[in-house]
Amino acid sequence: MIAPNRKGEVWIFAEQEDGTLHDVALELCGKARELADHLGVKVGAILPGWNVRELAYRLIQHGADDVYLSEDRRLEHYQTLPYARVVTTLAEKHKPQIVLFGATPLGRDLAPRCASAMRAGLTADCTDLDVADVPDPAAKTTHKNLLLQIRPAFGGNIIATIINPERWPQMATVREGVMPLGEPNMQRQGEIVAEKIKFDDNDFAVRLIERHREPRKVNLKGARTIVAGGGGVGSKQNFRVIHDLAGAIGGAIGASRAAVDGGFIDKAHQIGQTGTTVRPALYVACGISGAIQHRAGMEESAKIVAINWDKEAPIFGVAHYGIVGDLNQVVPMMVKAIKERPKE
Amino acid sequence: MPYHSIVCVKQVPDTANITGEAMKADGTVNRAALPTVFNPDDLHALEVALDVRDRWGGTVTVVSMGPPKAADVLRDCLYRGADRVILLTDRRAAASDTLATSYILNQAVRHIGNYDFVFCGRQAIDGDTAQVGPQCAEKLGIPQVTYLERLIDLRDRTARIRRNVGNGWEIVEVRLPVLVTVLDTAGEVRPPAARRVMKYKRARVRAELVAAVAAAGGAGVSPADVEREVERRAETLRSRGLMLEQWDLDDIQADLKWCGLAGSPTKVHRVQSIVLTKQGYTEIPPTEEGIRRLVRELVVDHTLG
Ligand SMILES: Cc1cc2nc3c(=O)[nH]c(=O)nc-3n(C[C@H](O)[C@H](O)[C@H](O)COP(=O)(O)OP(=O)(O)OC[C@H]3O[C@@H](n4cnc5c(N)ncnc54)[C@H](O)[C@@H]3O)c2cc1C
Repeated sequence: MIAPNRKGEVWIFAEQEDGTLHDVALELCGKARELADHLGVKVGAILPGWNVRELAYRLIQHGADDVYLSEDRRLEHYQTLPYARVVTTLAEKHKPQIVLFGATPLGRDLAPRCASAMRAGLTADCTDLDVADVPDPAAKTTHKNLLLQIRPAFGGNIIATIINPERWPQMATVREGVMPLGEPNMQRQGEIVAEKIKFDDNDFAVRLIERHREPRKVNLKGARTIVAGGGGVGSKQNFRVIHDLAGAIGGAIGASRAAVDGGFIDKAHQIGQTGTTVRPALYVACGISGAIQHRAGMEESAKIVAINWDKEAPIFGVAHYGIVGDLNQVVPMMVKAIKERPKE
Repeated sequence: MPYHSIVCVKQVPDTANITGEAMKADGTVNRAALPTVFNPDDLHALEVALDVRDRWGGTVTVVSMGPPKAADVLRDCLYRGADRVILLTDRRAAASDTLATSYILNQAVRHIGNYDFVFCGRQAIDGDTAQVGPQCAEKLGIPQVTYLERLIDLRDRTARIRRNVGNGWEIVEVRLPVLVTVLDTAGEVRPPAARRVMKYKRARVRAELVAAVAAAGGAGVSPADVEREVERRAETLRSRGLMLEQWDLDDIQADLKWCGLAGSPTKVHRVQSIVLTKQGYTEIPPTEEGIRRLVRELVVDHTLG
């Protein structure tokens, strides 16, 4: 446990595998930058691995000021205990105020081990983060600048805001694809701090015998936001507008069967009865009529925005927000509005 | 060579089937109206433990932390073949976050003692955090292997486990003791055995006897009478091997500073309900201003980060 340290940095755990950074690490860099600017402190990234120095530059381009690089041949492949040793040793040494991990299978294995070792609080699977003053009526004080950890709970039926007022660092895992992946700034400068960590033999109690990775497939199931295009998009070329909107939101791309049959996009993206069933926080249906076989795969989405120029289209029957209009005009307007959106 | 397993299980509200009736007028979830179920991943954790015992010998002890009603899932464990079950129930454990919960479970595991495996489900469907297993392993000072899909082999106190890491799998080897979290894709779960259901359906924890006696007695019954009647019933059950163990925080020598609200670093600051019923849709005009307003609304309700 470390005492609240208001000068402490905002840290992210830089998840990498086989020398490639996980997107969520870069998403976290962007969010950490925003939080750190609000707090007037620096962003730090913890980067354990072997031969991963190159990755430090990308972290800096995405917002990190200090990259704590811990290289060791034994850290080539992720293992819980030695990685937890790196995180906890560095946290005790540098006393960050916030430590963020991606809510990936790896992050959700590592973060609780570290939090327990530090006797610190940890919130799982956040979908948003913010910083605010929080009054504490019982103690008749106000906690300044606490991290608000916002997450769905109870099977997604409620949204809870969690705080960790005293036992720091404030730790959270953050869902993939929720924070927008910013553009790198090639001019950004930062510092790479090489850290030598002392391990214990027990840290290597789990031996990796065999390892198999599948190429990254389209991840519709895990996506928090999906932008889907249908027959109304018209052509593969024009499907660019769907990619643009998905990129701006930081969401995955879905499609109706008409779009797949038309060759606009690969079958792996199909949503519906014969495709994937999804229930993201936000589903934007563009030029999709809303046939029952399509609706079967998406009507459980928490928020549905439908864009269709036919106001009688059945998709409006399941929509929360309906925009009756030409998608070729509406979608670019939406991209613009999202890029310029106010921060809450 | 026999192996001794401890399984941590939880009774949870059935969040997958929340209907309109479970929502209160103000839009919040009415927990009391929800049916409870055996947390799905935990059933698989139990199955792996039973499988270890059936193949290599040993014992399976199940512990559940929760209100007296959680004895339901413990009986279910007995029906499926558990050797021993323990209910850990204590009002002072209420409002524990994952860190406090893992501390309490770690104390219970230490109190049971002499174990080779601790099995937990990967996560519970009421919180979906997946944190308690790894935190408990850290507190016990033993390694963890998360996301077990298959226990491949077990020899000379070394387990070989295949784990699913989302974008692939890996096989790891670890010396016991170890804490393992189990996925619900870890194969079929055995059903309750009819013979064991007949035998254990009358098994009770003490808190259930107290509630039953108090309900039957009505007003005017002195606490001493209740106590005597509970003791009488407990004796009968005990003689038939149907009195289930019930522990509180003192039994497991838990330091109260790490339990309940006091032991929980995370606090709930605010809860917003998501309205489940949808009445029509909001029409947004296809103009820059209309769409800007929509985006703002989605940012405010945290749909967009
Ligand atoms: C057994 C079976 C299984 C099926 N499984 C699936 C499935 O899994 N998933 C699936 O999606 N479908 C499935 N289908 C097909 C389904 O029935 C529909 O044919 C399909 O969903 C239609 O796709 P669409 O709405 O995108 O295309 P269309 O039917 O071509 O509709 C296009 C829509 O776009 C609108 N539009 C056109 N141009 C514009 C514009 N410029 N601006 C705004 N709006 C515009 C139109 O008004 C129309 O509503 C299945 C069918 C069967 C029989």
